[in-house]
Amino acid sequence: MAMTGVLRPGHVQMRVLDLEESIHFYTNVLGLIETGRDSQGRVYFKAWDERDHNSVLIRQADTAGLDFVGFKVDSVATLDQLEADLKAYGVMTERIPAGEMLETGDRVRFLLPTGHTFELYAEKTDIGNGQPYVNPEAWIPAAEHGIAPVRFDHLLCYGPDIEKAQAILQDVLGFYLVEHIELEDGSGDLAIWLSTSIKAHDIAFVRHPEPGKLHHVSFLLDSWEKVLRAADLMSINRVSIDIGPTRHGVTRGTTIYAFDPSGNRFETFCGGYQSYPDGKPIKWTMGDVGRGIFYHDRALNDTFLSVVT
Amino acid sequence: MRYSVQIEETGEVYACTEQQSLLWGLAQLGRKGIPLGCRGGGCGVCKVAITQGDYQTGPMSAAHVTPEERQSGVVLACRCYPRGDLSLRVLGKMQRTVCAPGGGDAAKASEQHQPAVQ
Repeated sequence: MAMTGVLRPGHVQMRVLDLEESIHFYTNVLGLIETGRDSQGRVYFKAWDERDHNSVLIRQADTAGLDFVGFKVDSVATLDQLEADLKAYGVMTERIPAGEMLETGDRVRFLLPTGHTFELYAEKTDIGNGQPYVNPEAWIPAAEHGIAPVRFDHLLCYGPDIEKAQAILQDVLGFYLVEHIELEDGSGDLAIWLSTSIKAHDIAFVRHPEPGKLHHVSFLLDSWEKVLRAADLMSINRVSIDIGPTRHGVTRGTTIYAFDPSGNRFETFCGGYQSYPDGKPIKWTMGDVGRGIFYHDRALNDTFLSVVT
Repeated sequence: MRYSVQIEETGEVYACTEQQSLLWGLAQLGRKGIPLGCRGGGCGVCKVAITQGDYQTGPMSAAHVTPEERQSGVVLACRCYPRGDLSLRVLGKMQRTVCAPGGGDAAKASEQHQPAVQ
């Protein structure tokens, strides 16, 4: 088996300004399935085709934004090894005991230099995708409720020192660079797309003065047609759309950026290519950055670099 | 009910109903380059100070509007709804666009000469 170590982004926790309004949005508009609530007031969701208990957590707060992202690793042994590797690399880590998050095992937490709280975990209860593991159907009614993405797929973070975050993710956790936008003066990158799988990105970063900011959390759809259906559902439900439906030059995914009721941007996307760790990274220059981000408009919109939570 | 909202910096007046946010009404001016932001009270781009008139607000991020500011009439326009004729000053990142001489087009043109990242 080739895919070992860090497998995928498995959960995000986001802050929302009005919990009830957000539960309605995540359940009926985005079309996730609520799987639990805990004593801290957090509400847990998963996409219909995900098997693990949860992938999206929200909690009421007086600011919007991202609390943390967690990546699943292939075993408890890997979790222990990566914790030791992070410490050896000089990264301070903290262990959050199993059960602090519902149906989730021990988490190893650390702060990326970009200001984002990053977690690793090995265990989350498999509650299935509503189908038996023997002789399943192709899909279930939940696959048509709301936008109904297949899974939480990746996220884009904004913060300073993206090269330091890249070093930790590459050197310690085994991520690799798929695409990047080089700054005009060649002093570094404006943005990086990193993969820990054969996805074109599992996490991405844009250089930004304020630490710990969220640009978007992304959800995968099966087809371009479903991206268009998502756009219709956004209009039917008066969801604020940032841009799209359109296509990214970077990763080649078809996409819509829109906002949850608290202003946390989310993406519903399809496609993009598959990557492998031996692939040469694709470079974009600042002169063509518009085409890289929004392939059809060929220009950044007003909000791409300025609107984050 | 339909109310009139005055932008103090430019003297412009636009109409806004009770159900529409002040940002939505502003966007209906059709001016290019008004950054609509997140429209959910989270990003802070549309920060304004209400200098006169009654309004209601929805939830908005304390990272962008402190409780003290809120007491003094500072709000995010996307989560603020008029309950009477209003007067406001623009504080957020959209100030450059809304208040630029010649409107948004001039601001947009000047923006293009600035580096993409500060």
